[in-house]
Amino acid sequence: MSSLPLQAEAGARFAARAAWHPLEVVFWAVALGSIYLLPGRHLILTEIAILGLFALSLDLILGYAGIVSLGHAAFFGFGAYTAGLLAKHEIITEPLLALLVSGAATALLGFVTSFLVLRGSDLTRIMVTLGVALVLREIANRYAGLTGGADGLQGVEIKPLFGLFRFDMFGHTAYCYSLGVLIVLFLLARRIVHSPFGLSLQSIKGNVLRASAVGIPVNSRLVTIYTIAAAYAGIAGALLTQTTAFASLSVFDFDRSADLLLVLIIGGTGYLYGGLIGAIIFKLMQDYLAALTPQYWPFWIGLLLVVIVLVGRERISSWTHPLRTLASRLDWRSHRTQSSVLATGGP
Amino acid sequence: MLTILFDGIAYGMLLFVLACGLAVTLGLMNFVNLAHGAFAMAGGYCTVILVNRWGVPFFAALPLAFLFSAAIGLVLERTLYVHVYRKPHLDQVLFTIGLVFMSVAAVDYVMGSSQVFVQLPGWLQGQFNVAGVGIGRYRLMIIVMCGALTLILQLILSRTRFGSRLRAAVDDARVARGLGINVNRVFALTFAFGSGLAGLGGALGTEIVGLDPAFPLKFMIYFLIVVTVGGTSSITGPFLASLLLGIGDVAGKYYVPTLGAFVIYTIMIVVLIWRPQGLFSRGSAR
Repeated sequence: MSSLPLQAEAGARFAARAAWHPLEVVFWAVALGSIYLLPGRHLILTEIAILGLFALSLDLILGYAGIVSLGHAAFFGFGAYTAGLLAKHEIITEPLLALLVSGAATALLGFVTSFLVLRGSDLTRIMVTLGVALVLREIANRYAGLTGGADGLQGVEIKPLFGLFRFDMFGHTAYCYSLGVLIVLFLLARRIVHSPFGLSLQSIKGNVLRASAVGIPVNSRLVTIYTIAAAYAGIAGALLTQTTAFASLSVFDFDRSADLLLVLIIGGTGYLYGGLIGAIIFKLMQDYLAALTPQYWPFWIGLLLVVIVLVGRERISSWTHPLRTLASRLDWRSHRTQSSVLATGGP
Repeated sequence: MLTILFDGIAYGMLLFVLACGLAVTLGLMNFVNLAHGAFAMAGGYCTVILVNRWGVPFFAALPLAFLFSAAIGLVLERTLYVHVYRKPHLDQVLFTIGLVFMSVAAVDYVMGSSQVFVQLPGWLQGQFNVAGVGIGRYRLMIIVMCGALTLILQLILSRTRFGSRLRAAVDDARVARGLGINVNRVFALTFAFGSGLAGLGGALGTEIVGLDPAFPLKFMIYFLIVVTVGGTSSITGPFLASLLLGIGDVAGKYYVPTLGAFVIYTIMIVVLIWRPQGLFSRGSAR
């Protein structure tokens, strides 16, 4: 008997946490509006959407499950090459279907490699993920007959989306397509992290021992989220191939994994919008710096990383704090109204 | 066959000198220093400038390279690294990656992006035959030098007062502090010394592995493998791991050139899975 109101209250808290915040609506309205408002910027917007999706993928494992990965480019690259090969050999010509297949293939890879990151400390995980990315890059490099080796995968032709929308050189189709994929996958991720499953991940991140003590099957949860994140990264990579009709070894680069961490740190981890906001800032900054000093912009990226760590990550991402406090206050308010309903209706 | 073994040993010795500083840093402070290769690069470029531009003799340039890298290590340790020790691994990784990016771009800016070589004295070039085994003079010198260095390191660690302090600090920093050992000072000195050794390794390795601005990125994984496979509790572990890696890498590139780099990456992943707890148990227990 006594557990029932508790359960109901937990449910209410849950619902309050998962409720849509007005600012989120504004964010996506702006994103959709950019299709019409910034028609000349669709190429960079496409890159931002892809990077945002990639960062979202890392946030799922780093921000929610606490797995530090320094080789997330492995999945990005795998997805990119899968999509490229599917299109090049005309196995699956419909882009959306090819995207899903690439995502599924990458999920399989993520599932297999997830067992490598289950054990050991952060350091072991860093090394293993880095190693996996290196091995994949080496494979892509060696089997040049299949992947084109160092020259990259050439001759990829992407058929029109749904047989209707051709990928134009201004990136209009590419942007709408990428943004659409991003929105769908974001909604899915939002659903995942607000589910009991997502909460269990956060408790694992908080304390593995306690999480397993309260009965959370730690390993299977980590395997699941790692697989999902791999699929996300693979889809991001596939999007890159499809929108640029090209895949090269650079998709596996260590820099890509490292930049991704930076993206997530700029925007803040453990909060789905962090990756998206970080992607916007990172791309704009990169665009600006690359125009300023074409060859040496990694220096400024490096400097930024050093400064961020020295100042403190929490303080850096605290610029999003007002948003979060506002969100939590609204959560709390809606939660209180619901629990007062419970209180009056309970006894 | 024996030539490959010889080359492998020389390469392994070189890797050991490059990486042993990292092993100590990781073991002592549980600090992930991905920028270790940057110190090696500093030593390498220091030698290149001294020898090629200023005409300093090669053997006089080596100690200078050591001092140069050690000085950089000491300064960076005192000014920047100190603030990052207590932060989580993720921060340490980000911080040191940032340093790597900065060093790569800075060297690229100052020295250009092409590969550079050191002009060796004539008597170090070429090779001679002993019982049908081709022995490169330069590689022989590396083996002799690095072997001697390893012995000296082992003696310092096992016989001197500083060595016992260092070992105590690695075993349990807190208790060592309690016994009145100034762990921070021990660590700063060790860090500088390890950076210096890396610089020396970079100077020696220029001839064998080449030197360009991407050096810290290319060799990061090698250093990490040495430390992973060898463990951080002694220097014998990393030493054996370096030899294994050196021989494995050279032999792999020679016998199965199509697989080349797979060999070492696969060794690393297998070891990590085979002994996931044992390798970093010291780090994770703390």
